[in-house]
Amino acid sequence: MEYFLQQLINGLTLGAVYGLIAIGYTMVYGIIGMINFAHGEIYMIGSFIALICFTILGLTGVASVPLAILVVLVVTVLFTAAYGWAVERLAYRPLRGSFRLAPLISAIGMAIFLQNYVQLLQGARVKAMAPMVTGGFVVTEKAGFQVTLSYMQITIMALTVVLMAGFSLVISRTALGRAQRACEQDQKMAALSGIDVDRTVSLTFLLGAGLAAVAGVMTTLHYGVIDFYIGFLVGLKAFTAAVLGGIGSLPGAMLGGILIGLVEAFWAAYFAAEYKDVAAFSILVLVLIFRPTGLMGRPEVEKV
Amino acid sequence: MTTVDLGDRFGGDGVQWGAILKDAGMAALVALVLTLLLFGVRLSDGGGGGLQFRPWWVVIAVASVFAGRGAVALWIGTRKPASAAALPWFDRALARLSQHKRLLFAGFFLAVAILPLLPVADRRMVDLATLVMIYVMLGWGLNIVVGLAGLLDLGYVAFYAVGAYSYTLLAIHFDLSFWACLPLAGAIAALFGVLLGFPVLRLRGDYLAIVTLGFGEMVRIILINWSDLTGGSEGITGIAVPTFFGLRFTPTPAAGETAFHQFFAIPFAGIHKLIFLYYIILVLALLTHLFSERMRGLPLGRAWEALREDEIASRSLGLNPVLVKLSAFGIGAMFAGFAGSFFATRQGFINPSSFTFIESAIILAIVVLGGMGSQVGVICAAMVLILLPELARDFAEFRMLLFGGAMVAIMVWRPRGLLAHRVPSVRLGPEPPGARRGGPP
Repeated sequence: MEYFLQQLINGLTLGAVYGLIAIGYTMVYGIIGMINFAHGEIYMIGSFIALICFTILGLTGVASVPLAILVVLVVTVLFTAAYGWAVERLAYRPLRGSFRLAPLISAIGMAIFLQNYVQLLQGARVKAMAPMVTGGFVVTEKAGFQVTLSYMQITIMALTVVLMAGFSLVISRTALGRAQRACEQDQKMAALSGIDVDRTVSLTFLLGAGLAAVAGVMTTLHYGVIDFYIGFLVGLKAFTAAVLGGIGSLPGAMLGGILIGLVEAFWAAYFAAEYKDVAAFSILVLVLIFRPTGLMGRPEVEKV
Repeated sequence: MTTVDLGDRFGGDGVQWGAILKDAGMAALVALVLTLLLFGVRLSDGGGGGLQFRPWWVVIAVASVFAGRGAVALWIGTRKPASAAALPWFDRALARLSQHKRLLFAGFFLAVAILPLLPVADRRMVDLATLVMIYVMLGWGLNIVVGLAGLLDLGYVAFYAVGAYSYTLLAIHFDLSFWACLPLAGAIAALFGVLLGFPVLRLRGDYLAIVTLGFGEMVRIILINWSDLTGGSEGITGIAVPTFFGLRFTPTPAAGETAFHQFFAIPFAGIHKLIFLYYIILVLALLTHLFSERMRGLPLGRAWEALREDEIASRSLGLNPVLVKLSAFGIGAMFAGFAGSFFATRQGFINPSSFTFIESAIILAIVVLGGMGSQVGVICAAMVLILLPELARDFAEFRMLLFGGAMVAIMVWRPRGLLAHRVPSVRLGPEPPGARRGGPP
């Protein structure tokens, strides 16, 4: 039971990270209908920028840990969002309205480019940092097995909940959210009613990259080890999460992320850790067979 | 890089330097934000928190973006904007070439057929040509799935891996020859295709893409972890080279055995084996090509194309979409299985690192960059994507960076692929005049 509880906590933490990245996929897919294959690499760039910022702050000797994290969060989100914007501007915008596969191939090319770009600039070896936030609560203890909920895990989950709530507000209340939903339904009509479609798409990429950057800061803090290759698998799983939850749906992305995180944590704990990725993809296949629109997706009406 | 439309800035009196400077300045500003941390600071490897500052890298990067953007703005500004993007000279050249299609095709085929016999052909050249041929064959195989049937498959390499491992395991455990294993490996790969395809082919485009991508990763993870069967990440070594009608390619044949060079009474040379392998893959690739060309005229091939164009209309005409898609998926997988067997025998060893997602991406890129459904396009794209990185060995570190950048650039430049035009397989009524331009089918 204690073991189960510990895995539940670990799974939820992992799931929160997947959920944050999945929102980037789901928003982009919702608005321009393409798989932004480079999104995982944006997360990876976020992790690198976060590590660079932490190291610089460490050299300048900032004593307060919460202040340091806050500063790094803001800086990383800004710089990573610039990458999200530039990728859209260079690789996707010229292809908008072109045939379906062109942006996907361009995105795959961009992902390969970004991976090797970071590898060339920062080297192929693993980068690491000492844990900044240590300690945590002991939830229960029985027969020598402690169930701990670390401060870092609390931070990740709390931050995710706050961001999700804020994001839902942005989408449902603000002018930007309205513009996004309009573009999602019909870009031409949205443009006719005075919405700047290009700007809305750009902002969507900025926001998605910002959330991926937050995920990058959090994983860098929590796990402490990064390399240039982390984006691929995490991105793949986050996209799986987005599809699982029903692509285009924000709560769905979060739910899908948490499900994938839990499946991975429990599979690694109770079955074979080597096959945890296989388990995550199998769940995806099963869900798609029985509910092709994902868990919270709207059923699609085929028009003839 | 910025949202300024340069086209209308150069309407009247020559070059407007102010606009160009502003535009280049904006681009440089963006470049500064992008490069400030990743160029300016180098993290030390491992932990420890060491840093190395290199401000000059940022300065150089920003300056080159400024200069580059300014130059592009000048260049676009001095000519009509449309001609800069669409490159009509490329289309014109293609149209002129395709008038002599048969001649070109025959010449190209002849060149490919005698290539290894030419005096200039050394080991490296034959080896490279073989490599390109493997990708041409994979491209043609995937073209059946993506180009003809319109199913987006991002995990094609899984079937390539299944073919390679089936061949290797059959050859090692049952001591079967290459020629006996080849059809078996193809059949096993096709079976995998059908088994995977059956549950997921009801899904629409992008969902199918992600499921096939997941499947490709699953196969690789299983290959790594099922060490008893597959040798784990070390893989399997000692795969035999096919024999030429029972004649082995070896300098020291066993007692009572005649080697290839002894039978033909020529001195032994290592290149004989390579040339033999080259001809095998050439024949396999041509089989793939002929098969898909014939398929386009047959009812099944027409059903693939009909389903690609309009699923609802085809369904209402009585096509069973699952069966039609499944056949395309299975046949595509079969050719990947053949190519996989050949890959295993050429390498002599296999391990899971040959079957990563990047391989799937390269194969799909070959199909799409060549122009979907265009058989000649696949050849062109395979030559560009495989030969360029090989020739750029001197810049080994920049290889994949250039590869990714080239994929983006070709897509932006020609979103429908290098040879975008496709001749319809079936046509009602006479051919409209001037319709046959662009690439051959």
